Amino acid sequence: MTSQLQVDGLDAGYDDLQVLNQVSFSLKPGEIGCMLGPSGCGKTTVLRSIAGFENAWRGRILIDDIEVSTPGFSLPPERRNIGMVFQDFALFPHLRVEENVRFGLHRLERREQQGRVQEMLAIVGMLAYAQAYPHQLSGGQQQRVALARALAPRPSILLLDEPFSNMDVDLREQLAREVRNILKQENNTAVLVTHDQNEAFAMADQICVMNEGSVMQQGSGYDLYHRPANRFVADFIGQGVIIPATVESLTSVKTELGMIRSDDVIDAAPGTLVDVLIRPDDIVHDDESPESAIVVEKAFRGADFLYFLRMDSGVEVLCLAPSHHDHKINERIGIRLNVDHLVTFSRN
Amino acid sequence: MAALLSLPIFTIASFLLYPSNEVWQHLRTTVLSEYLLNSALMMLGVGVGTLVIGVGCAWLTSVCVFPGKRFFSWALLMPLAFPGYIIAYTYTGMFDFAGPVQSWLRELTGWGPREYYFPEIRSLGGAVTMFTLVLYPYVYLLSRAAFLEQSVCVLEVSRTLGCSIWSGFYRVALPLARPAIVAGVSLALMETLADYGTVSYFGLGVFTTGIFRTWFGLGDAAAAAKLAAILLVFVFTLVIIERWSRRRAQYHHTSNRYSSLPQYRLRGARAWFAFAACLLPLFLGFILPAGQLAVWALQTYQTMVDASFLWLTLHSILLAASAAALAVVLALFLAYGKRVFASKAVTASIRVVATGYAIPGTVVAVGVIIPLAWFDNQVDGYLREHFEFSSGLLLSGSLFALMFAYMVRFLAISVQSVESGLGKIRQSMDDAARSLSYTPAQILLRVHLPLMRATVLTAFLIVFVDVMKELPATLILRPFNFNTLAVRAFELAGDERLADSSTAALMIVAVGLVPVLLLSRSISTSRAGS
Repeated sequence: MTSQLQVDGLDAGYDDLQVLNQVSFSLKPGEIGCMLGPSGCGKTTVLRSIAGFENAWRGRILIDDIEVSTPGFSLPPERRNIGMVFQDFALFPHLRVEENVRFGLHRLERREQQGRVQEMLAIVGMLAYAQAYPHQLSGGQQQRVALARALAPRPSILLLDEPFSNMDVDLREQLAREVRNILKQENNTAVLVTHDQNEAFAMADQICVMNEGSVMQQGSGYDLYHRPANRFVADFIGQGVIIPATVESLTSVKTELGMIRSDDVIDAAPGTLVDVLIRPDDIVHDDESPESAIVVEKAFRGADFLYFLRMDSGVEVLCLAPSHHDHKINERIGIRLNVDHLVTFSRN
Repeated sequence: MAALLSLPIFTIASFLLYPSNEVWQHLRTTVLSEYLLNSALMMLGVGVGTLVIGVGCAWLTSVCVFPGKRFFSWALLMPLAFPGYIIAYTYTGMFDFAGPVQSWLRELTGWGPREYYFPEIRSLGGAVTMFTLVLYPYVYLLSRAAFLEQSVCVLEVSRTLGCSIWSGFYRVALPLARPAIVAGVSLALMETLADYGTVSYFGLGVFTTGIFRTWFGLGDAAAAAKLAAILLVFVFTLVIIERWSRRRAQYHHTSNRYSSLPQYRLRGARAWFAFAACLLPLFLGFILPAGQLAVWALQTYQTMVDASFLWLTLHSILLAASAAALAVVLALFLAYGKRVFASKAVTASIRVVATGYAIPGTVVAVGVIIPLAWFDNQVDGYLREHFEFSSGLLLSGSLFALMFAYMVRFLAISVQSVESGLGKIRQSMDDAARSLSYTPAQILLRVHLPLMRATVLTAFLIVFVDVMKELPATLILRPFNFNTLAVRAFELAGDERLADSSTAALMIVAVGLVPVLLLSRSISTSRAGS
């Protein structure tokens, strides 16, 4: 199996402070990966180590099956054939858009440069602004120029460091999808760093959730949401609550909301007390249901309501209900369990 | 390199600890108290004078509206272009016994030579006036910036609490601007202490003239260095005060919202008073002396502007340009080193270099010549001993010594502006260029230099002008028969050929206007729409 990017047991840090602990992951050609995690989790350090701006302590990084970083050796960034889009875009203010994009093509002949610049500007839809200076552009336009500049020299890997964090919230997901389409069009391999899971879901094929310098789980957005490997991922991705349950059989647990069945075998003996992750979409509002709970708080979100409910035992759960089901606070409403994926955690 | 540049400072400081010799004993019992007293009086007078003029004009031009406000807000900086020694002999020429003013008075009134009182320009009071006139812009500049930075809200709150504009000034604006004002006054006092030309022309006994006399009159380098060391103590006190107050100034920012300041429209007599209050320092500090110089220059240029004058000008320009170029290159080297290596040693050495600007030229000169002379003697002695050959003075009488002194004194300016220019280039620019396969050297050439062109040019210009104006260090260290415009103007004035010195002086003032105009441009753009 060939991989475009391979990171093996990476340890890195600044001075005495270790920031990364045994980080490993790999990407196949054309795949878009994402380092997702709270601020300070080390995701940017991973990106900067791949770029060569930081030297790793231990571990290996391979780009195109070539070792670019091993203990005691680090290929300088300018020789790694990478492209990078920075948080502040870092467009050169003294150069026009066209000159910015051409900047990385200095090894090509003049005519090839011109062709590639035109091609890239066309792909990102900025041909009309070729002669503009960066300060004349909006944030989204600057971003596209930064992307065109990074992709122009056909890098083996494109690195994106929180590229949407300077954008309006409304624009982020749309831009993320746009960028994804551009990357897929050119079949680029890319690594994105972000703390925003919606961005990660919109852009990435593979997501690495990181916390405190370690990779917590690698997988698709669907996997991370529905099959979180540990409590951190369960808590970080999406919303949900954890309620107590007792293992009934190899494939079912009993909660106070009722029985939950699983397609997979539960990794605990019957009779053991475990915790179960309940997502808001696992609880369906149903007036007919014998089970009920009291509305503690509610948030109107347009297409739906997110209800915070308290059951008679005092356990609180979340419930996603269609937007015309408008209930008052302190009202008692009927609920029903509808769990597709059972997620259990052992108690310690 | 920073260690080399701080060598003169340490040399001088070490003389504080030296055992005293006979000459020093003599100095201590006779003139030291005079030096101390004169210096103290001068600092007091200049301090009060610059404070009143600087703060007053700054307040008027920043929050009041009156005729000519916009013009004054930058024109009030123009006296900064005058070196103290030039304004000193211009005024002497105008107001001494044979000058136009007194002659005219005698003609008008029929008074005889000794029958009336006229203030003597060449006195302590005269020196204080001269320094005040050319140094108040420092206080003006910093306090104006402080007033403009104050948030509107504080001033408006003070008015809702019952303060009038004027009591708001005393009770709110002034205390908030105090750190900046203190910094401005200490800068003015540093310049006062550093001056040699004015006090020597006025025949005042202060430290700088004392150092000259002891060195060249009594021929005692050690005693001169000891005087320099005491002067250095004064200067460092001021440096510490200035740094301390600047640091405090950061905590005095009350808000980040700098909407436009309230504008108090002055009417009638008040408006004309404000106009006069701003015009007077500008008139006395620039228009009048510049006018006098121009009149003299018109009378004498035919005899003065000859081939040798042009050579002199060329000399000065070449010297200043090469010093400025060297200062910029060294500054780039230091600032870039700091950016790439960011080690504590580099940062600390930059800080040491930065103190050089506060050190009087006389002290720098003494501090440069002592180690260089020692080096020359060692080389000479060694060569004589082993090769029976005398090298004479290799470095101490050379342009190298002069250049070295200029670097000690002026490198701080170029480092500061280059650093601020480089600081504005974000790290991500470097990273972006490296990810596009550029080496660090290529990045300096293709990214940093184009972006820093303006700052590098500014640094070059300011050092260039400072070297053109520099007098004491040049006077001491210049190679034999090597003259600059400043030295020439000083010598002619010293020989009472005031009118003859005017072409050189005018040239220096004209050049000195360049950084002032740069400054004033940045001031007028710093608050768009006001």
